[in-house]
Amino acid sequence: MPQSAEKILDHAPLFREPEYRQMLAEKKLNFECPHAEQIVTEQGEHTKTWEYREKNLAREALVVNPAKACQPLGAVFAAAGFERTMSFVHGSQGCVAYYRSHLSRHFKEPSSAVSSSMTEDAAVFGGLKNMVDGLANTYALYDPKMIAVSTTCMAEVIGDDLHGFIENARTEGSVPPEFDVPFAHTPAFVGSHVDGYDSMVKGILEHFWKGKERTKAAGTINIIPGFDGFCVGNNRELKRLLNLMGVSYTFIQDASDQFDTPSDGEFRMYDGGTKIKDVRAALNAEATLSLQHYNTRKTLEYCREFEQATASFHYPLGVKATDEFLMKVSEVSGKEIPETIRLERGRLIDAMADSQSWLHGKKYAIYGDPDFVYAVARFVMETGGEPIHCLATNGTPAWEAEMKELLAASPFGKDAQVWAGKDLWAMRSLLFTEPVDLLIGNSYGKYLERDTGTPLVRLMFPIFDRHHHHRFPLMGYQGGLRVLTTILDKIFDKLDRESMQLGVTDYSYDLTR
Amino acid sequence: MSLDYENDSAFHEELITQVLSQYPNKAAKRRQKHLSVATGGEEVGEEGQISECDVKSNIKSIPGVMTIRGCAYAGSKGVVWGPVKDMVHVSHGPVGCGQYSWSQRRNYYVGTTGIDTFVTMQFTSDFQEKDIVFGGDGKLEKIIDEIEELFPLSKGITVQSECPIGLIGDDIEAVSRKKAKELEKTIVPVRCEGFRGVSQSLGHHIANDAIRDWVFGKDEVEFETGAYDVNVVGDYNIGGDAWASRILLEEIGLRVVGNWSGDATLAEMERAPKAKLNLIHCYRSMNYICRHMEEKYGIPWMEYNFFGPSQIEASLRNIAKHFGPTIEERAERVIAKYQPLVDAVVDKYWPRLQGKRVMLYVGGLRPRHVITAYEDLGMQIVGTGYEFGHNDDYQRTGHYAKKGTLIYDDATSYELDKFIERIRPDLVGSGIKEKYPVQKMGIPFRQMHSWDYSGPYHGYDGFAIFARDMDLAINNPVWDLYDAPWKKTTVPAERLAAE
Repeated sequence: MPQSAEKILDHAPLFREPEYRQMLAEKKLNFECPHAEQIVTEQGEHTKTWEYREKNLAREALVVNPAKACQPLGAVFAAAGFERTMSFVHGSQGCVAYYRSHLSRHFKEPSSAVSSSMTEDAAVFGGLKNMVDGLANTYALYDPKMIAVSTTCMAEVIGDDLHGFIENARTEGSVPPEFDVPFAHTPAFVGSHVDGYDSMVKGILEHFWKGKERTKAAGTINIIPGFDGFCVGNNRELKRLLNLMGVSYTFIQDASDQFDTPSDGEFRMYDGGTKIKDVRAALNAEATLSLQHYNTRKTLEYCREFEQATASFHYPLGVKATDEFLMKVSEVSGKEIPETIRLERGRLIDAMADSQSWLHGKKYAIYGDPDFVYAVARFVMETGGEPIHCLATNGTPAWEAEMKELLAASPFGKDAQVWAGKDLWAMRSLLFTEPVDLLIGNSYGKYLERDTGTPLVRLMFPIFDRHHHHRFPLMGYQGGLRVLTTILDKIFDKLDRESMQLGVTDYSYDLTR
Repeated sequence: MSLDYENDSAFHEELITQVLSQYPNKAAKRRQKHLSVATGGEEVGEEGQISECDVKSNIKSIPGVMTIRGCAYAGSKGVVWGPVKDMVHVSHGPVGCGQYSWSQRRNYYVGTTGIDTFVTMQFTSDFQEKDIVFGGDGKLEKIIDEIEELFPLSKGITVQSECPIGLIGDDIEAVSRKKAKELEKTIVPVRCEGFRGVSQSLGHHIANDAIRDWVFGKDEVEFETGAYDVNVVGDYNIGGDAWASRILLEEIGLRVVGNWSGDATLAEMERAPKAKLNLIHCYRSMNYICRHMEEKYGIPWMEYNFFGPSQIEASLRNIAKHFGPTIEERAERVIAKYQPLVDAVVDKYWPRLQGKRVMLYVGGLRPRHVITAYEDLGMQIVGTGYEFGHNDDYQRTGHYAKKGTLIYDDATSYELDKFIERIRPDLVGSGIKEKYPVQKMGIPFRQMHSWDYSGPYHGYDGFAIFARDMDLAINNPVWDLYDAPWKKTTVPAERLAAE
């Protein structure tokens, strides 16, 4: 009997005990009708070949292990970045349960959002009644300052008229006449979560800016972070830098407090976020800067309609990307970059110089959201690393072109390939046929690590199986240090693991590296 | 080892009145029917009487209230079909549903993933606008071909419909029939669009029906049967639950010829009608197929409960009785064999857990099935409820819940938070969405869907883990660190007031 009260074994050790191993072997043999072991092995080997890779990359319809989510997730994340804002997703209710779970599993935090709970009758008659009753209930129960409405694919397919429905609900008294209910159409069958983010932020700006006159406040800056699982660390780090510079800025969408509430006995359904008065005032800003270009294309276009200056970045991570971001901020605000920041920069460079021998020539596969992949490829090249595979399931042709330009500009990018629209089952083939030293992505990459043995560095949303990484910044020079250290740890851990066999490989098990 | 206690009915009635007062009238009227206080179980078991946990259930959630419920797709792909390991389950529609449910239910299995097993993978048709406009049947055909090409060892395919499929009028049945014939493979279309029904529950039913219609009764399945063949139905092998159960059933001399659906293969499902008895754990999600097998193939079915020693013992005896003295005698030997383990676990944890009050809010069978497991450790259940239970679930709950227990059906986040805040139990068992709000309040929590990444909790081996986990949740020192020492706080006062 494997179990005892003194030493309780849970699943990981328990099922390795002989009783269970035998039981499972017999189950397989007697009841499962498995394929012969040899056939399984052969097929396993076949999936590692170029031949399989070609078939795999030629797929036209089937998507396997994609690295993207759907629009409303981005909308719910976006809404979480505004003061006392409740996300109201119009459509089927199961979707909302999924978004909330998905965000909670990453942030290890509460995630609140409601659904209009449309069912079959609403599919036939439309969801007006659900909107009217739903808004009344949300308003009464959850005391929001704003309700941000987005849609699931069900409401989009039947073509519900959000604006009309919301106005109807207002007329029927679901919410007070002046209560803010911005909305965005976020069909799951268009784009991905980064587009849902874009649509929701734009919807909120439209709600507050439409028809208003802009009085330019010189030198003030709006920052839109984009969908970012590291918003907790990143937004706080960027604010620190902007405060050091003395810049007058507003984050439009800031979920850093919402997804990092303290444990002190009180559950805060809402915390932090961009204040509604600040969203209104943001119309007057001199410029709006987006930290993630592919998350804000529509929003920035909208800002330009008001003659705001705009600029977008690709997740300012690493040396040059941070330099450019800070210089842009300096240019728009007229504030100098202070000496303390120059020293910080120097410390990152110092760290990179100290470690360069371990990083030079290392080969990488990088996947994730388009701006993130761009950023990491760029930083990796700054350390002397070589991106080999850059993959974004939600990458567009424009992204592909931008990536290629970036890679072509550095000798370290000469062997790189860009994979827009491909998924992680394609990545599996790429890693088998053209192996790399490190894989950079999110938790889903652990299956690639298992199958191909490529060590995985988790730097992007979602990270389910490691805790608290998102509390630390990746952006800015401080963030660069964090990324650098994370990559180095992975390299050293692997080297140690490979060289620790006593009396066999441990001549290389060096104390100092 | 039945624990004798009673909960504070008057206090719980008052809580219900309080939360209802916050709703708009229309919503309050509807929610009122879902909340009640158990009246206690003296008359338990008499036919036809009103249940002791009398609430309305399995009706539409109110919009805008933050129901915890999922959808039919979650019930089919996430619960019933997803764990069948040697089939490819295509999330048919936009990318999200499959992405959010990918690998989240911890249905353990053994196999070479991507080669002969596929549970922890996300296959999707990733619908684009053109698929909505022009229909997705052509794409589905191509997907099936590509699966055949790239995953040739898969034993079959299921098509798990997402919302748009039923709205745009795709004929996935025709595609499935055509391709099944062409490829000589089992292809199962499942109409589990998320807008169908009121929760996961209809998805279970639809998935069960799909097994009946598309798996059973095809070619004659060859299989040498035995007198002690049983199917385990409604065990999804979360954290290895089904394995910790199987080992006991085998020990008492039964032959588990199929496990539904954790760690299952298509072959196990196909031959199910040849078994002598269906043992059903999660009644809610799989009673339909058991009833069908009873009607069509004359296979009796029996509910059992493998949470906690009192129920395991009773269940083993009950199951054994069905097979007669040989098995009964072996069951007694097995119960005796594990008794020292049970005693040691209870001796170790009872003093640490005795009198601790627990609130549950989960789905399936757990709102009732785990109650006695807690009581086996000296803990008390103050409130329980189902996300998507039906009337027959609440009837069955009467056998477990003590008088005064707060009962909530399809509870909203608002209700749960208020109940928990006022009752301040020592432990809450619910899901990922509920975990962090509760912990912020300084109240220990365990996820009782995923076993909080632990498990198994079934069987004797699982009971030890269950006891350990409840102890480590409740008795972790972090709960005493919430208050900054320089700040006077209200938490202990509230706690006193609640007691």
